[in-house]
Amino acid sequence: MNWISSNIDRIVELTLSHVWLTLVPTVLGLVVALPLGWWAHRWGRGYGAIVGTAGLLYTIPSLALFILLPVILGTKILDPINIVVALTLYTLALLVRVVADGLSSVPHDTVAAAEAMGYRNWQRLLLVELPVAVPVIAAGLRVAVVSNVSIVTMAALLGIPQLGSLFTQGFQLRLYVPLVTGVVLCVVLAVIFDGLIIWLNKLLTPWRQRTVTS
Amino acid sequence: MNFVGWLTDPTNWAGSGGIPAQIGYHLLYSAIALLAALAIGVPLGIVIGYTGRGEALVAGFANALRALPTLGLLVLLFLVISPVVPGKLVYVLPTIVVLVLLAVPPILTGTYSGIQTADPDAVGAARGMGFTKRQILLRVQLPCALPLMISGVRSSTLQIVSTATIAAYLGLQGLGRFILDGRAQANFAEMAGGAILVAVLAIVLEFSFAWLGRIIVSPGLRRVAAKSTSPLATAVPEPVAT
Repeated sequence: MNWISSNIDRIVELTLSHVWLTLVPTVLGLVVALPLGWWAHRWGRGYGAIVGTAGLLYTIPSLALFILLPVILGTKILDPINIVVALTLYTLALLVRVVADGLSSVPHDTVAAAEAMGYRNWQRLLLVELPVAVPVIAAGLRVAVVSNVSIVTMAALLGIPQLGSLFTQGFQLRLYVPLVTGVVLCVVLAVIFDGLIIWLNKLLTPWRQRTVTS
Repeated sequence: MNFVGWLTDPTNWAGSGGIPAQIGYHLLYSAIALLAALAIGVPLGIVIGYTGRGEALVAGFANALRALPTLGLLVLLFLVISPVVPGKLVYVLPTIVVLVLLAVPPILTGTYSGIQTADPDAVGAARGMGFTKRQILLRVQLPCALPLMISGVRSSTLQIVSTATIAAYLGLQGLGRFILDGRAQANFAEMAGGAILVAVLAIVLEFSFAWLGRIIVSPGLRRVAAKSTSPLATAVPEPVAT
């Protein structure tokens, strides 16, 4: 416990950079996945190609991607940008399919009703289809953000500071305290982000509380 | 590109620490972990799928495991196990345990959901033809569950191969050696070369599973499987990246 109090500044610093390295790629991935997912949903032939490419991207282990991105981007190996880009790609790969399937799950009657009410295509998308697809997208986003919290820690093997640095430190010093502190903080972050998305989902879909009570 | 030079240098392809040897180690550890995970996951999945009990427990366990960082889990188990285990097993045992722990949930989920979503008409027809419960399980429900089971095994395999890479951090052999040794010696060519080998291995395995699914799943089932059922069940794939 002495270790925690004497290292509290560093723990806070590592936690903050972990939050940053998790949230920025999650949000960026979602922002890119929305138009791409819509495109995959609209054009049947594009769906297979986009979902297939995304799935293949997801098979590349994160440590390998962290190292190969500098080759493509021309960045330095220790640059946190590599982590942000890698996790954005993973989030995108996961969410493209979720967004496409979410939009496809909108009941046909709902779409037809919007059309009959005179909604234009883009109005129908933004005001009807996207809101109805929110629960499906939120479910995918929960998986993405929780995995991202865990994947960020891999960057410790390259020496990029975040909560994973406590794992390597624990290993080098054969100490439980930094290690367990890191694991607990990671789980706490994952639970907070997960809860945040559940809350946002409820906020964005107020009609669901009135009809479904699950 | 300097890593091309590293990958094509014949000296890196020879000897006990060469590329073929490390690929061999990587596949050996992965195969041991996968077999252990199959031995645990498939029977347990059949029991859960058959009785319908324990689903919530498994789902909760899988979710909790996703939030636990793999690297932290690996080091933690190493610290716990290492005083008890003698010799070289210190490095191998915690790694295999972590690999199995991560690989069981997708196999388990694939098996029980595969059995539960087996076409009720097919099960009913088998019952009408006088099949015993055991025959229904072995000859109808399990073959119907194959597509979901293979997809679970695929997730597990990719998870194992990717996690085996970081096991090099504990001192284990495998393709992760090139990445971490390259990092320690500031040899970027070796790091990038190792990263490419890991990525290629993962992609080759991914294609192998797609091919496997095509040859062992009954052609009649593939048409059924192509129609997705519930958007929530199909829309969120099991993430494998670690």
